[in-house]
Amino acid sequence: MTMEILKQGIGTLFGDPDPDHAREFFRKKSRKMESKLMSVKDAVEKFIHDGDYFASGGFGANRISVAVLHEMLRQGRKNMGLAGHTMTHDFQILAAGKVFNKLDASYVVGLEARGLSPNARKYLESGEVDVTEWSNYALAVRFKAAAMGVSFLPFRGSMGTDTFKYGGGKTITCPFTGKTYMAVPALYPDVAAIHVHESDIFGNCRIKGISVADIDLARAAKRLIITTEKIVSSDKIRSAPALTAIPYYLVDAVCEVPFGSYPGNMAYEYFSDEEHLQEWLRVEKDPEEFKRFLDKNIYNCKSHIDYINLNGGMEKMLTLRKKEILFHHKERTGGGDI
Amino acid sequence: MADYNTMELMVTCAARELIDGSSVGVGTGAPCAAAMLAQKTHAPNLMIVFEAGGVAPLLPEMPISVGDSRTYFRGIMATSMSEIMDTCCRGMIDYTFLGGAQIDMYGNLNSTQLGPDHSHPKVRFPGSGGANDFASFCWRMMVITPQDSRRFTEKCDFITTPGWLEGGDSRAKLGLPKGCGPYRIITNMAVMDFEEESKRMRIISINPGYSVKDVQDNCGFELLKAKKIIETVHPKEEELRVLREEVDPSRIVIGR
Repeated sequence: MTMEILKQGIGTLFGDPDPDHAREFFRKKSRKMESKLMSVKDAVEKFIHDGDYFASGGFGANRISVAVLHEMLRQGRKNMGLAGHTMTHDFQILAAGKVFNKLDASYVVGLEARGLSPNARKYLESGEVDVTEWSNYALAVRFKAAAMGVSFLPFRGSMGTDTFKYGGGKTITCPFTGKTYMAVPALYPDVAAIHVHESDIFGNCRIKGISVADIDLARAAKRLIITTEKIVSSDKIRSAPALTAIPYYLVDAVCEVPFGSYPGNMAYEYFSDEEHLQEWLRVEKDPEEFKRFLDKNIYNCKSHIDYINLNGGMEKMLTLRKKEILFHHKERTGGGDI
Repeated sequence: MADYNTMELMVTCAARELIDGSSVGVGTGAPCAAAMLAQKTHAPNLMIVFEAGGVAPLLPEMPISVGDSRTYFRGIMATSMSEIMDTCCRGMIDYTFLGGAQIDMYGNLNSTQLGPDHSHPKVRFPGSGGANDFASFCWRMMVITPQDSRRFTEKCDFITTPGWLEGGDSRAKLGLPKGCGPYRIITNMAVMDFEEESKRMRIISINPGYSVKDVQDNCGFELLKAKKIIETVHPKEEELRVLREEVDPSRIVIGR
């Protein structure tokens, strides 16, 4: 017996939610505990291909893998699918390279309180991108379904809105209660990049602070590139295994990238560089100036270190570090009754 | 009478709606200022959650992102978006504040696009983010927004986020949880609620210096009027002091 579909969205469904196809892939994925250390350049070359479906970890301009995103532009990735689960500065970067033309959009184009990206906006208004609408939670639940190894999950939001109409969900009836749900299909990205605080050389990772959708995303993605603030010993991981957020068998590449979320925020490490993020928004208004800006900051850089050196280098990093850490310190000691 | 601007009035009105011991899902900007003001005045036990995973922070200053490290500063938990939204869907988050480029008489919101063609939007906005989720699940959804007839529109170009949808009981009929939905619309001119049967927007209080006619003239659809429309209560000296000195000393929100 097939389940009755009440209503369905008209958005394109990118990717394949079939869990048996995913199982075939995961069956062959290596469980060998071996070093996955490599350069960002090699990781992007090896694991991110034109036409792949990509997902960016973190939350827009918080704990994002900037080095991987810039490298995708340098290597000229095109025609990709993209999970726009709160993407802000990460979206701005990928839109600058027109890396994707298929988009699951829940939050894109904007940089929250900072304003909207003129260039990303123009790209979506051009009609070059096939956009399917979702809410943030719907996309998070799609990752959760994939992480569970099932093809869909029931979801209780969105129904009755245009977000549903231009999305890829279908409404169904609960066989137990008769309630209406939106069935959201599993989303197995071909590849994801997640920036973490600590990883060992095998890819056992720790994240401090909010995990956003990354616990499920790491499990849903077929291939996973980890960039890490620092490499730690496996002894450290094994000394407190409850702190492991991502286990090594999900991970294909481990790249050590200190200040790897710059110009975004990295909890307990450094705050976001608000001046530089404002500069991005400003230069985007003039296509010629934006092109020069991208050449300077991305295309003519060899690595994330070049980018950082162009924007204040270690001195700037220490200022942002102070902003993040002294702030916590001041609050802890200044209140008296804390 | 204290001297204040309209943003200070709106934030104060919003803060007063938040009952001590309740929970609220907020974003950056005015909603966050309202939650902080409530927490520092009448609602010290207000639990604030952010969609990216921050739970019950003791907010020292305004976050710039709903996922930056301020949003779980001295919080009780730093978790995932699923955990936050699961909690909303389970029915444990009382309030949320949302906004949009357009709002209609049922409190439906548009934050996706202007223009009728989804494949070629005239203007593209961010989309739902967590707004659709918060509005689908939180018991009482509120909006803080300027009152003008382009924003308050007969029909949204795109319904990103559910208000009372088509009014009446359409919301629950279409599958959303029962008993939750838009609650208050707070503007520079008035405070509105929604009439119980039709779920249409209704003026309940007028801000000092404005008339019912002003509000209607700056609204693209016909507003219902409560039997007794009161004058919005002025912010108290103490509310203004906390708002200016402790909540938003850099005037990020109240300087707008």
